Amino acid sequence: MTDISSNTPGQGARVASSLLTEDKRTKKRNAAEKRFKAYGIAAIAVGLFFLAALLFAIISNGTRAFTQTFVTLDIELLEEKLDKNGNRDIEEIKKVSTFGYSPLLDAAVTKMVTDSGVETPITKAKDLKQLLSSGAAGDLRAFVVANPDRIGDTVEFRIAASSRVDGYLKGRVTRESLARDKNLSPEHLDIVDALKEQGVVKKSFNWDFILGADASDSRPEQAGMGVAMLGSFFMMLVVLALSLPIGVATSIYLEEFAPQNWFTDLIEVNISNLAAVPSIVFGILGLAVFIQFAHLPQSAPLVGGLVLTLMTLPTIIISTRASLKSVPPSIRDAALGVGASKMQAVFHHVLPLAMPGILTGTIIGLAQALGETAPLLLIGMVGFIASNYPEGVMDGFVSPNSAMPAQIYEWAKRADPAFYERAWGGIIILLVFLITMNIIAIFLRRRFERRW
Amino acid sequence: MSAIKLSVSALALGAIAATSAAARDQVQVAGSSTVLPYASIVAEAFGENFDFPTPVVESGGSSAGLKRFCEGVGENTIDVANASRKIREKEIKACAEAGVTDIIEVRIGYDGIVFASDIDGNTFEFTPSDWFNALSPKVLVDGAMVDNPNKTWADVNADFPAQALAAYIPGTKHGTREVFEEKVLAVGCEATGALEAMVAGGMSEDDAEDACIAVRTDGVSNDIDGDYTETLARIESNKDGIGVFGLAFYENNTDKLQVATMSGVVPTTESISTGEYPVSRPLYFYVKKAHIGVIPGLKEYAEFFISDEVAGPDGPLSAYGLVADPALADTQSAISAEETMASGS
Repeated sequence: MTDISSNTPGQGARVASSLLTEDKRTKKRNAAEKRFKAYGIAAIAVGLFFLAALLFAIISNGTRAFTQTFVTLDIELLEEKLDKNGNRDIEEIKKVSTFGYSPLLDAAVTKMVTDSGVETPITKAKDLKQLLSSGAAGDLRAFVVANPDRIGDTVEFRIAASSRVDGYLKGRVTRESLARDKNLSPEHLDIVDALKEQGVVKKSFNWDFILGADASDSRPEQAGMGVAMLGSFFMMLVVLALSLPIGVATSIYLEEFAPQNWFTDLIEVNISNLAAVPSIVFGILGLAVFIQFAHLPQSAPLVGGLVLTLMTLPTIIISTRASLKSVPPSIRDAALGVGASKMQAVFHHVLPLAMPGILTGTIIGLAQALGETAPLLLIGMVGFIASNYPEGVMDGFVSPNSAMPAQIYEWAKRADPAFYERAWGGIIILLVFLITMNIIAIFLRRRFERRW
Repeated sequence: MSAIKLSVSALALGAIAATSAAARDQVQVAGSSTVLPYASIVAEAFGENFDFPTPVVESGGSSAGLKRFCEGVGENTIDVANASRKIREKEIKACAEAGVTDIIEVRIGYDGIVFASDIDGNTFEFTPSDWFNALSPKVLVDGAMVDNPNKTWADVNADFPAQALAAYIPGTKHGTREVFEEKVLAVGCEATGALEAMVAGGMSEDDAEDACIAVRTDGVSNDIDGDYTETLARIESNKDGIGVFGLAFYENNTDKLQVATMSGVVPTTESISTGEYPVSRPLYFYVKKAHIGVIPGLKEYAEFFISDEVAGPDGPLSAYGLVADPALADTQSAISAEETMASGS
């Protein structure tokens, strides 16, 4: 309306204000619009730039964690060291600790270096062994305990190289940076170069990083995400099993059955507010209620799942109520009109139509819970915890375990730079899970959602 | 759908019911983040060598660990507390009130505290007096206590380069802080004559000692409540910064940090074990005697921790940076006899 009146101030102006020639005011308005578009594009560009920078940092830092340098070497399983009496009694073999296996490794690593023909000033087997992961003896012992009949044979082993050697092959460690490092010397790298040419030292894909257990500070090369992943999985089972039925029941009652009064209003306001409560608050609540009062075990995925359930519930309730609301009232009216009870109308007609929305909300709530670290700090899921695979389903719920984000946090804290690399790698694994869950949510929404 | 849902909920409920019945078969450890790497190395080797599951080690600081340790006796309390300082009288009392009376104290070795700065920066040769003059809120100038006027290291000591003062020291919840106060600030306070001046100025001895270990609050001294990784990150962003680290952490990051000498001694495991390097402290862990025999593997874990193969000079702990305890044999016999701390103390 204003346009028309401003364009018709008098007879003379009418000629000037054609649609083809812009007057001053139109120009100004068009310019403002262009500016606004430019701002919008600039905002998107900034956002995209940050996203790209983030992805670049994660991928460039993290992909290195997925490869690992391995050394192939022949180890003679000497009978006189491993089974003095020669009767292959498993209990006696178990008595030999990992320290009893180091002479075998010493001999094998010395032989490997001599065979390679490298001239090196390092002569002590103890120093040469720094090329290998300090977990080598443990691997060896596990093999012997599992295969006692191989004692006396010479067996070929593929053993992880130490984190410094691994870092050298990945370009993280240089000769200069080793000058004052007591874990490895530049002379070691000459050996590594020669062995690499002969194919004894090789970099390959590191399944242990995805499937393995956490390792202590002295052997970052063996640390893996697998056990923490199981911990997250069991937590998510608890969250799903509790928050979906409770959340859906709450929403259906509040949306379809509850009377409108001050009390239900109060509940509604509280649910909305609960969604904004910082997760650490739920953590300390979990510590006080589940561990100190109910005496549930510490560091258990069960407790983690219960805490995350509290956190996920508001998200699920809010999204479920929104999708119930979006089902048109005519559906309910029609069902009631042909004589269905209120409950039949809800469960036979409204709920199935709202299901895609409910599932999407649930998956997004689960994805949020999967990435949550803060409450887990308080219930003891951060530390050197994810070291044992659970022995069964029940054990998976109650025995101490970590979770993926907690494991990443723990790695980022540790001294050896190799752990830092693994923290980035862990982020990639976590992101893959989150993206997968979001894709499933998008798929459900696109495929099953009905529009009216 | 509903069948899956039902079975999953049944599973979760079953798990809740089972926890009250199933006994814990894992040793649980919590406490000092300085001891954490050592404890995790031992826990891992313990899991490898014994039929017991690998113990669980959490961090959180000495005080937090001892607090949890003193919560009581029972399966849902921890069995072992790691500490980078000795247990305090107050904590022993709190323990006793909660029913934790028989505590076995185990000293595992010594840890050096080093002062390190960015690798490309200036080198420093510190004495405790330098640190006192750099960080104390009041210092002695011409016989009188005045507000600390020092802005650069050259102000502190004419031999130092004119590098802005910026120190990153452990926060008060860390056991390391106490050692820093006791072995560096308090020593420096006495050496510079500030302690004497304060007592002469009418302060009681206790107040003067407290004033000695205070640090200035004008932004020069920064408390780091996180781990050494955080201190390292702060030094990387402020190249003038000097941080307080554990020896083991420094030895894992020699490509980024250079270490300063203290009173002319370079910190190494050798100079610390001989006592030449002054800033070191013993590391401990505490075991609940009531849990031995209840939690499987607890005594074996404690014995394994301080066995010669593990905590000795050639063991994996030493390789990581722990300074082996010369009196390890005494600790070993004390553990096998399950000797508790002197009761009634």
